[in-house]
Amino acid sequence: MTQETPLRPQPRFPEPDTQPFWDATKDRKLTYQTCDSCGEVIFYPRGHCNACGELETTWHTSSGEGTVYTYSVIMQSRHPAFKDLGPYALAYVDLDEGFRIMTNIVNVDDPITGVSCGMRVRLNWHDQGEGAIALPMFEPA
Amino acid sequence: MSQSREAAVVGIHEYPLRVAPGVSALQIKANSASKALADAGLSWKDVDAIYDTGTHQNIGGLGISEYLGLKPRLIDTTSVGGSSYEFQANHAATMIAAGKANVALLTYGSTAHSDRRAIGTGGATGLGAPTPFNNMEDPWGMTLISNYGMVKARHMHQYGSTDEQFANISVATRYHAMRNPEAVKAMTDLEFVGIDEITTQDVLDSRLIAWPLHLLECCMVSVGGGSVVIASKEIATNCRKKPVWIIGGGEATKYRENGGDITVSAGAQSGPRAFADAGVSPGDIDVLMAYDSFSITVMCMIEDLGFCKKGEGGDYVSSGVLKFDESGGPALNTDGGGLSSNHPGERGIFLILESVRQLRGESTSQVENAELAVAVGNGGSLGSRHSTSATILASD
Repeated sequence: MTQETPLRPQPRFPEPDTQPFWDATKDRKLTYQTCDSCGEVIFYPRGHCNACGELETTWHTSSGEGTVYTYSVIMQSRHPAFKDLGPYALAYVDLDEGFRIMTNIVNVDDPITGVSCGMRVRLNWHDQGEGAIALPMFEPA
Repeated sequence: MSQSREAAVVGIHEYPLRVAPGVSALQIKANSASKALADAGLSWKDVDAIYDTGTHQNIGGLGISEYLGLKPRLIDTTSVGGSSYEFQANHAATMIAAGKANVALLTYGSTAHSDRRAIGTGGATGLGAPTPFNNMEDPWGMTLISNYGMVKARHMHQYGSTDEQFANISVATRYHAMRNPEAVKAMTDLEFVGIDEITTQDVLDSRLIAWPLHLLECCMVSVGGGSVVIASKEIATNCRKKPVWIIGGGEATKYRENGGDITVSAGAQSGPRAFADAGVSPGDIDVLMAYDSFSITVMCMIEDLGFCKKGEGGDYVSSGVLKFDESGGPALNTDGGGLSSNHPGERGIFLILESVRQLRGESTSQVENAELAVAVGNGGSLGSRHSTSATILASD
């Protein structure tokens, strides 16, 4: 477990579509939805199915295992939370359940050479403070 | 299919400055509108349709109409990022052809440089109402450039394209910029280091902003704006300069999709739509004005519009066809592009402006006997939600 200063931009509420997702992170659960009608995986969270428009969805918890789809290593950010962080990897990870999440890849020595498209990764939670949400990040599996 | 020649660009103006402290976006719009109408030989009172994204003024399209002092019978505030101006030009041509308007005025103005907006590297602002997009993207520190960087990284992984291949895009646009006095002044005023033609090695040697994107693969942040006047056939044939016809258009959107291919842009839909609408094919095109926010944006536009097969853009851009005085394919971004001439945030209008200059024979990197141009805008963020719109223009 890594405790970070909650300087990073935090999800802001009220925002009813993503609130259940972020509430679940307090229990370290990475959640996603499927459509009760067409079965499509829905992500990011929404109150409707973006494939067919139906309104009934079911929440599930992911195993947290997936594959790096692509990534970029940010060498220059002017944001106060990131400007002194050094190079960090922003990525899309494809979870095995079929949804793609934006995230960071952590626990690699050099994010340019230590990450690759197709690399297997697993969840790595970053708490944002007592009683607050946790950020899902990923590390080499 | 016969080409539709019912609406034409009859007047243009590009705001010449990239650094202009004390000037407002609204003033840039009004200044450009006035000069574009003069270019057409038309007057303020001839305008009966307004196309503007509706930013920088209260109540969108109403505010800009009041500010300019116009009473349009048609207002369109389509706002989909940098490609808004291709969407708007297509809509204007369609509505004019349908008899709903006679003279449409497109306006754009931005003071991104004066505002010191770190568009590419600023990250989340934390401003505005909470949205699902922000809540699912901001915490991980995405910058705009890294969004595009993820597309380039996947392109390189999937197709084996290389940094050196991508660098040819920056080399060609700088080649054209050095022939455009306004672009040279832009680079001077924005204090570029080394205002000269560049090599692929120069691009590779420039610092990484968000791997795999180097500084010289990223557009500048400038002030800027412009205006385009589009008129009906009857009016266009009596304007001061020869008309440049809008003969086809296509529009599409794309979002981050579970399992989707990030290397394929919305241009894979809007490009073919535009070519079918115009009754021409990529091989007929003399000038390609492709939105160069970053090198990867151009790569996707070239491939997705069909100038080469998907994944073969690396070889295509390395084959020397991009420069205005080379043959084998359309000249790319002959004004110098966003990489080396201007990028005030939404570059789409400049793609139309330079297309028109080429088809009038007025470009500083003039393609000999240019008859057909494509302006293809890409708005939003290529690696997440974006819009791609193509406008095909033909000389008289």
